[in-house]
Amino acid sequence: MSADLVVDLTIFVLSLLVGFEVISKVPATLHTPLMSGANSIHGIVVVGAMLIAATARGWAGYLLAFVAMAFATANVVGGYAVTDRMLRMFRRRPAAPAPAPASAPEVEQR
Amino acid sequence: MSAFDATVHLVYVLAAAGFVIGLHLMNSPATAARGNRLSAASMAVAILTTAIVLGHDGAITLTGILVLVAGAAAGGAAGLYAARRVAMTAMPQLVSLFNAVGGGAAALLAVHDLTGPATAPTRVAVTGALDILIGAITFTGSLVAAGKLQGWVPGQPITPPGGRALTVLLAAGGLGGGVWLAAQPGSRIALVLLTIAALGFGITMVLPIGGADMPVVISLLNAFTGTAVAMAGFVLGNPVLIIAGALVGASGGILTKLMADAMNRSIGSIILGGFGTGDTAVPVGAGGAAVREVSADDVAIQLAYAGKVVIVPGYGLAAAQAQHEVAELADVLEGRGVEVTYAIHPVAGRMPGHMNVLLAEANVPYPQLKEMDEANPDFARTDVALVIGANDVTNPAARRPGNPISGMPILDVDLARAVIVIKRSMGHGYAGIDNELYTSPRTGMLFADAKKGLAALTAGVKTLVG
Repeated sequence: MSADLVVDLTIFVLSLLVGFEVISKVPATLHTPLMSGANSIHGIVVVGAMLIAATARGWAGYLLAFVAMAFATANVVGGYAVTDRMLRMFRRRPAAPAPAPASAPEVEQR
Repeated sequence: MSAFDATVHLVYVLAAAGFVIGLHLMNSPATAARGNRLSAASMAVAILTTAIVLGHDGAITLTGILVLVAGAAAGGAAGLYAARRVAMTAMPQLVSLFNAVGGGAAALLAVHDLTGPATAPTRVAVTGALDILIGAITFTGSLVAAGKLQGWVPGQPITPPGGRALTVLLAAGGLGGGVWLAAQPGSRIALVLLTIAALGFGITMVLPIGGADMPVVISLLNAFTGTAVAMAGFVLGNPVLIIAGALVGASGGILTKLMADAMNRSIGSIILGGFGTGDTAVPVGAGGAAVREVSADDVAIQLAYAGKVVIVPGYGLAAAQAQHEVAELADVLEGRGVEVTYAIHPVAGRMPGHMNVLLAEANVPYPQLKEMDEANPDFARTDVALVIGANDVTNPAARRPGNPISGMPILDVDLARAVIVIKRSMGHGYAGIDNELYTSPRTGMLFADAKKGLAALTAGVKTLVG
């Protein structure tokens, strides 16, 4: 087992634990935007697509790189755009009839 | 490690920290939009850094650059178009499609690395095989899930030809091919076996699951994609892919569990088919007890003279895209001095928070939306509870043991002085059982599509009581 692999495994396990902690305290209201937000983060695969394009040689390699890049970019761009669109709806109407009760979560004012 | 490499590494760590903090900010409605922007900015930094690395190394060919630009243009345009144009009700399918392409891209990275001129070292072979296995399952599984929600694939559970045997065979093929590929990284036959078996397994895994369970499946596949991306990070030796992938893998797993818990089901029972019945047509009045059918005009008058009305939206509201109609009815009632709130069950609709997103789209003020714990004590002093296309989440049978929904938290709609249910038919919810609420003497059934029914109520309130 190489030193690199040990380091990578450490990073992997710690990141898993961070992921569990970061998510465990979310109101149900935000589950859908949150899933969408997490969805756009796995668009980081776009970095990998860029890296394989650098080592690609021959039409098969380029084809793989092209499809991977198109898939990954769709994930990133679409993911963030749609999450933003959802979250922009969580705003108060200009003439909200009553102030939120103390127990209700505060909403961003725009 | 050169100064350049070290800088790049540190910037990647910074981006990864941005993802973690961004995701954390999304825990509360007040900071969620900021969190998403921070996450997007971190993504931009990571992409820009990678572009600089490619330029610095000078290893990329001109063709490679053109391929990247073309791929980014095609994917970016498609993603942006879909994100801007899709209806809010179709959000779950879109997330599923993004899972499909994310998982597909992750699998392709490993395919590329394992088919390169040099034989891959064991570390790459093992994680690469896992990457292809998970990524390919996610790809086809997410496409089937999206198809089910969109109605392109029938929503009811489908047993694939060959039934469970085929699924088991494909699973065995995928695992066998994976082990073979890990042991013999150069083997093309192993690669093809693994890929085809995993793609097939993705289909046969999701097909037998009913449409109502798709949100949980999509959330699970979201976690799968994250894990596949982390595996791709191992293959490429890139820490930011490992961190971001693991982050999504873990958080997606937690979300999946939260969703399944809210429905009082285990993830295992959903994947294995659960009660697997889906909607079945049941004649009106089934189960012996008769239901009381009411007309829109009667309900309109009842609502107009109520002091407090609680609206309970469910999947029927989302399916009929009636969020604007319900908001209009609430506005008209409020104009008459009626107190109107919405009671939101955690799994109402297709995803947790789905109702909130829909109603927010129709400009319903956020403070009017009450979560279950906040809403339940209010039902006893509610004049009319208006249930719109919600079924199992209102069924009092959940309070008794011995039925499929026993123990599921429900909205205490039956405690209201009067209950009006807008529903198209007496069809069952995903649990496939009769809803005792419908046969209660306090309940009136308004058989209509949610959109038309609500429009008729609004018109009724306006014309009948002015």
